Amino acid sequence: MHELSIALSIVDIALESLNENGGEKVETLYLKLGKLSGVIKESLVFSWEMASADTPLEGSRLVIEEVPVVVNCTICKVERELNLLNGFNCPVCQNLAPTIVNGRELELTALEII
Amino acid sequence: MSEPRLVEVRQNILKHNDVLARRLRRTFRRAGVFVVSLVSSPGSGKTEFLETTLTILKEKYRVAALVGDLATGNDADRLARSEALVRQITTGTVCHLEAAMIENALQDWDLEKLDFLFVENVGNLVCPASYDLGENLRVVLMSTTEGEDKPLKYPTIFNTSDVAIITKMDLAEVAEFDAATAGSSIAEVHPGMKVFKLSAKKNLGMDEWIDWLTGEFADSRESESAKSAFSSRS
Repeated sequence: MHELSIALSIVDIALESLNENGGEKVETLYLKLGKLSGVIKESLVFSWEMASADTPLEGSRLVIEEVPVVVNCTICKVERELNLLNGFNCPVCQNLAPTIVNGRELELTALEII
Repeated sequence: MSEPRLVEVRQNILKHNDVLARRLRRTFRRAGVFVVSLVSSPGSGKTEFLETTLTILKEKYRVAALVGDLATGNDADRLARSEALVRQITTGTVCHLEAAMIENALQDWDLEKLDFLFVENVGNLVCPASYDLGENLRVVLMSTTEGEDKPLKYPTIFNTSDVAIITKMDLAEVAEFDAATAGSSIAEVHPGMKVFKLSAKKNLGMDEWIDWLTGEFADSRESESAKSAFSSRS
């Protein structure tokens, strides 16, 4: 449960961007959250109110895009999405050496400010 | 009132930690200290393993350790028995170590006087995965009493670690630990991962680990001196 620390980092980055763009208040934050990022969406949303209180982000909304784990299978030569119930095996050829292409994202992509 | 407008940010949320970790990594490299972090669930034997590792390495190398816990200095007291330089980091309620805590804890240490620095993370298999500490190697430990499918349950930490160590091998038989199943669980989440099986308490399998680790240390020194020789020529 380190989502509160993550939420506080989001506040820092968003405030920085708000200042750079000369805005007063943040209404919406757009985030990308990979399935392998180690951050749970529900806990992050839960921590958000606390982390954003008394800042220009208070009352803002988090729009979270969850990014599935995608691996590049070295045998099939194709990118494939994993459900993670079977580890990191390629779901088609079962090869055990895929490289992870997506799924580690932990990114603030955009802000809606006024 | 003005209309809301959309501004692009595109920033890694852990940017601040990553920047600090990069700075630490550079500092470590310049000082020639090899940094190994340890992660595991609580009670898997990190401290026992670290105490034995420090005691063996201390014969030939200059070693130190930082140890993270929510509370108490018990682990630092235990590790101090190895006569290595040890400092406890108490995180309060924070479930993981961050690069800033490492930087803070190292402020008055002369890293040039060290060969190895170990960083024992808070016992937790989830949160430490997200935080780069500037280490050369991240080592994940699991014990024979925990169940062979631990890597499948916590794929991220096993996938982001460089080496896996199975501890408490002296208890393998009583715990009915199946080493082959554990090995394939690890391979599933991190194909090709280097695995050591050992018992720190009974000093089983420690030699293999120490030989490998000191080999990695020698390689890193060699590549560093090759690099500096190259840059001094140019």
